[in-house]
Amino acid sequence: MKLLNKKTVVALAASLAAAAALADINVGVTLSATGPAASLGIPEKNTIALMPQKIGNEKVNYIVLDDASDTTTAVSNTRKLITEQKVDVIIGSTVTPNSLAMIDVVSEAKTPMISMAASARIVEPVDDKKRWVFKTPQNDIMMATAIADHMAANGVKTVGFVGFADAYGEGWFQEFTKAAQAKGLTIAANERYNRTDTSVTSQALKLMSVKPDVVLVAGSGTPAALPQKTLKERGYAGKFYQTHGVANNDFLRVGGKDVEGTLLPAGPVLVASQLPDGHPVKKSALAYIEKYEAANGKGSVSTFGAHAWDAGLLFERAAGEALKKAKPGTPEFRTALRDALEQVKDLPGAHGVFTMSPTDHLGLDQRGRVMVTIDSGAWKLMP
Amino acid sequence: MDFQIALLLAQDGVVNGAVYALLALALVLVFSVTRVIFVPQGEFVAFGALSMAAIAGGRTPGTLWLLLVLAALAIVVEAWRARRGLAVDWRSTLVWAVAFPALAALLALVVKPTAQWAQALATLVLITPLGPLLYRIAFRPLADATVLSLLIVAVAMHGVLVGLGLYFFGAEGSRTASFSDSRLDVSGIVVTGQSLVVVGTTLVLSALLFAFFERTIVGKALRATAINRVGARLMGIPTALAGDLSFALAAMIGAVSGLLIAPITTVYYDTGFLMGLKGFVAAIIGGLASYPIAMAGAVLVGLLESFSAFWASALKEVIVFTLIIPVLLWRSLKSRHVEEDE
Repeated sequence: MKLLNKKTVVALAASLAAAAALADINVGVTLSATGPAASLGIPEKNTIALMPQKIGNEKVNYIVLDDASDTTTAVSNTRKLITEQKVDVIIGSTVTPNSLAMIDVVSEAKTPMISMAASARIVEPVDDKKRWVFKTPQNDIMMATAIADHMAANGVKTVGFVGFADAYGEGWFQEFTKAAQAKGLTIAANERYNRTDTSVTSQALKLMSVKPDVVLVAGSGTPAALPQKTLKERGYAGKFYQTHGVANNDFLRVGGKDVEGTLLPAGPVLVASQLPDGHPVKKSALAYIEKYEAANGKGSVSTFGAHAWDAGLLFERAAGEALKKAKPGTPEFRTALRDALEQVKDLPGAHGVFTMSPTDHLGLDQRGRVMVTIDSGAWKLMP
Repeated sequence: MDFQIALLLAQDGVVNGAVYALLALALVLVFSVTRVIFVPQGEFVAFGALSMAAIAGGRTPGTLWLLLVLAALAIVVEAWRARRGLAVDWRSTLVWAVAFPALAALLALVVKPTAQWAQALATLVLITPLGPLLYRIAFRPLADATVLSLLIVAVAMHGVLVGLGLYFFGAEGSRTASFSDSRLDVSGIVVTGQSLVVVGTTLVLSALLFAFFERTIVGKALRATAINRVGARLMGIPTALAGDLSFALAAMIGAVSGLLIAPITTVYYDTGFLMGLKGFVAAIIGGLASYPIAMAGAVLVGLLESFSAFWASALKEVIVFTLIIPVLLWRSLKSRHVEEDE
């Protein structure tokens, strides 16, 4: 409801006051607030409401559309935002397939885009089209290497893999296979299940029959708790690894006692208050958490919304630069914005420190991930 | 694969099959009485489970507001019909649109039960009237439309209810405490109390339904409506009330299935659809007409699912839903196709 009202209000304002709106900076947002990726899209939508309303002396309008986790809708949203709302930048979408499909549209219209989806393929390799595209979440391979490193350091030899039967699980399997090979780990079993499955007993039995040292669950949100609960129930005693897709408090609520001791890589924002004082991300991550929880209640923050926050920070920094060169609403402004995004240096966000370059449109380094464990129902930073 | 694993898989398959069997029963019931292929059946499962979780967590379930809005809407519709001079059965309207919602509101807002059985009861009181109210608002005006039109309305309703589910309960799932924590050790195989509760409830509920259809006058009236709508009306059976009743039973069965699976797995606002589809495969095996064959089909679907998940987990859904092709082939060869006169 809120989304709809805001959308109509903004659309009305944009069409009624076309002359005034021309001077404002228009930001088009398409994200997955409904559909399978809703648990990621909703905190992102809440975060958009916290973004700066003014940059320099220019007012900023955010036009938020929902793409229902659907690729076709994401593309038509993007077209609508570009042709009808004349936006200067696109933020979105939440998931990888949507973001990949949007690349053609934004590059054709020469409008910069900042994606909040994880796959490295969105920005790599930077070519004629992808020079318009940037993203904020860590690449899966960064996270997969963190897991493989931790396993190897703890003497693990064999890994049982169980993941979603969709792009998330498949993508993780590929990335983790690469990381595991580099560390000499054997993947003993490769199982799949659906987000909405009511039972994974069969997969659990199969995993236990090959007796892996540890199990890696590649799922996002609360559905990732199911295999772990089932394996625990069946008496599996090994350690569990999860991916950063589970890093929200609902996972702890649903997982309960069964997810104690689980290991996972995550963006530093998840354990911001436990970071050592000198950590470059601590201040900016805490700033986000404070702002989000002030608006949405205590304990409501999740790492997914923080990706949107980082997109907002990148946009804010770049828009400040671009305003010196051109007026919003013009092709020159969009080009200047793109160039400025590419030159962002040492910008601390909630998930790490961004330093873009013409070949790197993500800009995160090792400071963008930490290993975390679950200890008495809370996330705990591993030293 | 050794014998023990096979037994465990079979146990898991039977438990899931029992839940699919309940859904298949509801689908067959609704279809035979009203000719609606009730796609949103699964939504009652999710609504039931998530409402239970909300009540157990001390929150007011969003489904209560849905119920109150639907009840108000149904009363307005009936009043409008009465003004136009149509016969309105105020007694049943009072039951579904006033008594049940009032009781549900009382339970959810004032009493706030703490005992688990009372919470389950409150959930049933909350979800059951949704069925007849939805029927009155969406399906009854089209009672004489083609099966296809009714199916299209059902699909639309599924979309609306899933959206409302996301709005009420959020994107993340919930689990509830199990009804029985006991564990039995039967020669090396661990049987959880909850799985016995699931299978037991399914058996009891289907026995009750059987008795209801065979022994009571209302049940016989429902069967008569299913066999021949016009004939039943000529015999003085109010067919619209039969629709009310079948939807109420469907909603109740859906809510019961939700209560049964919520302790076993995490339920999401959109969990119901896939479960409903599997129940539908089972109902198809029964030709959308036979209760016992549909139940057997449901157990078959459950077993197939559990064994195929063991051998090829990535292809599990493919295998389950491909089952529908040979079944349809077999059914169309077996029965002579009669053109529907509509």
